[in-house]
Amino acid sequence: MTISRKEFLRATGISLLAVAARKVKGAATTRWALAVDSAKCLKQDNCTKCIDACRQAHNIPSIPQQGRDIRWIWKDSFEHAFPGQEDPYSTQGGMPAMVLCNHCENPPCVRVCPTQATFKREDGIVAMDYHRCIGCRYCMAACPYGSRSFNWMDPRPYIKNPNPEFPTRTKGVVEKCTLCSERLAAGKPPACVEACPEKALVFGNLSDPHSAIRELLAARRHMRRRPELGTGPGVFYIV
Amino acid sequence: MRDRGVIYTALVLFLGLLTFPVWHNLSAHVTAKGPDVKLPGAEKKCVAPVEYMRTSHMNLLIAWRDQVVREGEPMSGKSLTPTCLEKCHGSKADFCDRCHNYAAVTPSCWNCHEDRKAGPGSERAGMSAGAAGTSARATIARSGR
Repeated sequence: MTISRKEFLRATGISLLAVAARKVKGAATTRWALAVDSAKCLKQDNCTKCIDACRQAHNIPSIPQQGRDIRWIWKDSFEHAFPGQEDPYSTQGGMPAMVLCNHCENPPCVRVCPTQATFKREDGIVAMDYHRCIGCRYCMAACPYGSRSFNWMDPRPYIKNPNPEFPTRTKGVVEKCTLCSERLAAGKPPACVEACPEKALVFGNLSDPHSAIRELLAARRHMRRRPELGTGPGVFYIV
Repeated sequence: MRDRGVIYTALVLFLGLLTFPVWHNLSAHVTAKGPDVKLPGAEKKCVAPVEYMRTSHMNLLIAWRDQVVREGEPMSGKSLTPTCLEKCHGSKADFCDRCHNYAAVTPSCWNCHEDRKAGPGSERAGMSAGAAGTSARATIARSGR
């Protein structure tokens, strides 16, 4: 079989166009993100319903030792969550803020992972493949938000009320928030969003201009954690 | 023929040594029989032919893992505990373990995936070891104001 120069160039051009079209069409039809309405979140004192729901849904152990506990979503002080943005007269000062994995646009944890155990899905979720994790903890060093926890010990004895629908993790792997990808696949919102009594957590698709989260972000002032790092966090804080 | 005693003794010793594997196995009750796995009662057909599953089930599970975890396919029908164990094989102890023990392999699947019927944590240490209160960081009081 022979192919003329002209035919070859034509075929190459068409192939390139097809690849480009697929990229444009396939890109960013979904970008999951979360917004935290700080004022609503603070309405109930010492509310930990989202944390408890997450803990229950994902078999997160309750390890009492400092530095050994596993955190997917937790409360941190405003000063820790937004360093450099506190001032003595801020209404947010000293207030706790709900923090979780930001599911970054440019996740540094993904870049440093030597085994590609952590990876960014096409829908924007930064996911973990525990099968591949070798426990090197590079990702923990890379994450500027402290969103990753290492299993220093077998977590099973510390799981109070195990959820049989979700696997546990094992000693020696790093774990993090998955934005409830297993619930999203079933058409349900993340467990923390569902559990919030004040509806302070708003979940949605940033690529859809009519989604609840886009409308909220368009209407209200908001901020992200450490935007200067260029990670492009997918968790927004309504102020 | 004065060496007859020595020769016969040596011969008996030699034959004894030669047949050592046979009588050692007999005394240790080792049989040529394979592992006695408990087959699923209701389901008669596996997801792949028996011969393939016997030799290559691990490859199938790894392919499922990659499809579900990395390629984002739905988990239904491609998961270790709900599909393999609960739909058909019933119990890890009666199926997986019997063959794995026979072959002296210890796959790490069950460090994370669970045999729900045997109860969580059954694979490893008991549940009562260290269940404790909520994490200290989970309750940062609104003390700053």
